[in-house]
Amino acid sequence: MLNYTLRRLILTIPTLLFISFIIFIIVKLSPSDPTGGLPLTIPPEVREQIREALGVNKPLMVQYFLWLKQFFWLEPRIYLEAAFGWDLGTAGETRLISYATRSPVMDLIWQRMPQTLWVVGTAYLVGVLIAVPIGVISAYKQYSIFDQTGTFISMIGFSVPPFFSGVLVIVIFSVLIPTDSFWWLPSIYDTTHEVTDWESFKYQFRQMIMPVMVLALQITAQISRFARASMLDNLNQDYVRTARAKGIRERKVVLVHVLRNSMIPVVTVIALGIPGIFGGAIITEQVFKVNGLGQLLIIAIQGGDVPTVQTLTFIFAILIVLFNLVADVLYGLLDPRIRYE
Amino acid sequence: MKLRTALMGAAAMMTAASPLLADGHEGERGRDGELKIIYWQAPSIMNPYLSGGTKELEAASLVIEPLARYNQDGALVPWLVDEVPTVANGGVSEDLKTITWKLSEGLKWSDGSPVTSEDVKFSWEYCTAEGGGCAQAEKYLDVTSVDTPDARTVVVNFGVAKPFPYGPFVGAQAPIIQKAQFADCMGANAPTCTDANFNPIGTGPFTVTEFKPNDVITLAANENYRDASKPAFATVTFKGGGDAASAGRAVMETGEFDYAWNLQLAPEELDRMESAGKGKNVVSFGTSVERIMINFTDPSPELGDRRGTTDHPHPFLTDKSVRQAMSMAIDRALLVEIGYGNFGRLTCNVLPAPAAFASTANDSCLTQDIDGANALLDEAGWAKGGDGIRTKDGVKLSVLYQTSTNAVRQDFQALIKDWWNQIGIEVELRNIDASVFFGSDPGSDDTFQKFFADVEMYTNNFDGTDPEAYMAGWTCDQRPRPETQWQGNNMPRFCSDEYDALRAELSTTGDIEERARLAKAMNDMLMQEYVMLPLVHRGRNAAHANTLGGVVMNVWDSEIWNAADWYRIGN
Repeated sequence: MLNYTLRRLILTIPTLLFISFIIFIIVKLSPSDPTGGLPLTIPPEVREQIREALGVNKPLMVQYFLWLKQFFWLEPRIYLEAAFGWDLGTAGETRLISYATRSPVMDLIWQRMPQTLWVVGTAYLVGVLIAVPIGVISAYKQYSIFDQTGTFISMIGFSVPPFFSGVLVIVIFSVLIPTDSFWWLPSIYDTTHEVTDWESFKYQFRQMIMPVMVLALQITAQISRFARASMLDNLNQDYVRTARAKGIRERKVVLVHVLRNSMIPVVTVIALGIPGIFGGAIITEQVFKVNGLGQLLIIAIQGGDVPTVQTLTFIFAILIVLFNLVADVLYGLLDPRIRYE
Repeated sequence: MKLRTALMGAAAMMTAASPLLADGHEGERGRDGELKIIYWQAPSIMNPYLSGGTKELEAASLVIEPLARYNQDGALVPWLVDEVPTVANGGVSEDLKTITWKLSEGLKWSDGSPVTSEDVKFSWEYCTAEGGGCAQAEKYLDVTSVDTPDARTVVVNFGVAKPFPYGPFVGAQAPIIQKAQFADCMGANAPTCTDANFNPIGTGPFTVTEFKPNDVITLAANENYRDASKPAFATVTFKGGGDAASAGRAVMETGEFDYAWNLQLAPEELDRMESAGKGKNVVSFGTSVERIMINFTDPSPELGDRRGTTDHPHPFLTDKSVRQAMSMAIDRALLVEIGYGNFGRLTCNVLPAPAAFASTANDSCLTQDIDGANALLDEAGWAKGGDGIRTKDGVKLSVLYQTSTNAVRQDFQALIKDWWNQIGIEVELRNIDASVFFGSDPGSDDTFQKFFADVEMYTNNFDGTDPEAYMAGWTCDQRPRPETQWQGNNMPRFCSDEYDALRAELSTTGDIEERARLAKAMNDMLMQEYVMLPLVHRGRNAAHANTLGGVVMNVWDSEIWNAADWYRIGN
């Protein structure tokens, strides 16, 4: 197992390098220009000087290796220095700079991380907590009213995009309900809000309700379908009949024997979804102005901000590769029949 | 007429500060609590020299200020000085090569240190430093040196005679930054100064407390602001992100915010939001004109490297009657109504403002004339074929019409396509993502400069009130072509000696009436040759809460230029 994990970890290095190169080429070859969003009153000579100052005109390979060096060599040293107070000789070196903000990309990412983890992470947790029981009950009482309702809600979750459901709840809870009502909820997420006491926690809770619920609806829809299908597969297996024949209580049969076995694929799906949390939820973040990592990425794409796009997508790639590995390892732990040699 | 007088005033010196200050809302600084502004495009930096974007200019205008700026009528008003220098008051030399500014007495930076002429000089040095990529370098064009004879006097020397010397240190684009703060940030070092770029020390009514790029800015009243009773607001939250519709909703429907910028929404949508009773729409008209550019060169791909250059004249758009017919077929009033409502006006000029510069010679375009257009084409020998498309000598009137991706523009395309079909012109529509279309990557064939289409539509305008640089965009040497890496503003590739002569005359003429005459003549030439077809004179719109007082919409400068004068109504 340990061998397998190590082997997989080593294999990720060329995979990630290859991914980083592909991302770089795709981003660079797309015809976007960091000066494209500027007012037309800025003349072309000035635009050319701006591009020159940003380093856009350097040869592609030079830009790629510079990025590699900054990302893998310079940035880790800077964080080590900050963490331990060492001097690793980074003074005077140019960090990975965003074209739009002219500030270090990694700082932007750290700044955005909290609101994304709070909102998208909570939504994921809420989604999973709702989805698994729904899936289990739906499967156990297949074709009951509960199952039909669950299927209906999942279908809504699957098919209604957040730019519709998000705006719908805003219109209901922020526009139609008067501002002084208990049921009124803020439509704009305040990223500067700090939780210091009970009152500020209540506000944080209120401003998170709408984005979290909109996201959780989608997550619930997906995971509850997986849980239901997996439970159904197991409920008709021979070992379930055996367990019942042994006289084990129904509750124990379902919640211990069946549930444990059916959770194997579900856990994999949940683990594979975790990198998505860090990726943020581009549309939901836009709708509620959460301004997390998803919004950072979309703004960077629109603005031709190559270093930010490249770094963010690459971090997502790392997370996806890692969580794939985690899912594989978990699989082995949950199911003793699976062995990696 | 008022605008004209105001403009003369800029030259002849009109010092009157805006009259809006005196409406009885006096009191101590910070009395009205928090002001909440939402910009649906979030500012990414507070240094306008490192970003030419409007959102950054405007956010920064709360903190850093120029020596003089434009008011809501487009007239120059002194800001950090007591009067705007002119030839008449001796501030501008007779040969138009130097301008002398005198800083107001007792100005302080927000950190308490005095503002000196050295800071002004430094702002010029900062923007023109090698390798800095200053986005506002155009403002300092032709400046050869800046002298500082004493702590309050700044003398700007130009290498050539400048009939309009109000480029450097004027308007939101060219503010004064503090030398002490930015001294180590010159040229290639600019991006290493993240702190300075995010928290500039300024003279404006507010100072940055926290800057979260592309997200939110929190500001507090500047304790050292020159007027002790201003600003009325103690703090500002400047939120970014989302989209225009949700920003409008936050001000006019939910009332969560006080001011929302640039609401490019359908007019009926804005009216509906306003009817919720929490806020209102405001608009101001500057120089923005949505126009169709006509390609005088042949964009066919078969022509290889020389496509879209004057080596290959366009097969039919070089025929003036075709261009004229295309203009006559357009119902501009309908376009304004559908696309902009109260935020657009009819225009037949590409130079619609200031009023003194707006021509009235082309107003015949205001009425649609499909029959007249058909008659004109019949007369010119373009005969309709069996498919309803006109041809002449085997050349078919078939155009590719491109623009950027934007709901209003796609509506316009559909309407105009229909009108052109009615006069026997086949139209193929295409829309391109704005970041690609307005990007200037010479490797991309989809930019508005390469113009590999027959007609294209977009909006352009100019900063400030002087149209010289703008009108110079259609001279022969501004044609984008391979030799210029496809850079240049003359998208139609129009070239006329007569036009170039007018432009040369404009650059040496100082008299304001004479300049207006020349600019109008240039506009009329472009219009009467149908080089481009103006569609809509676009206003800049915003919305503010009914409880927010003192907002004076200004399209000539930062639209939140007078935030120091804003106050809360009802307190």
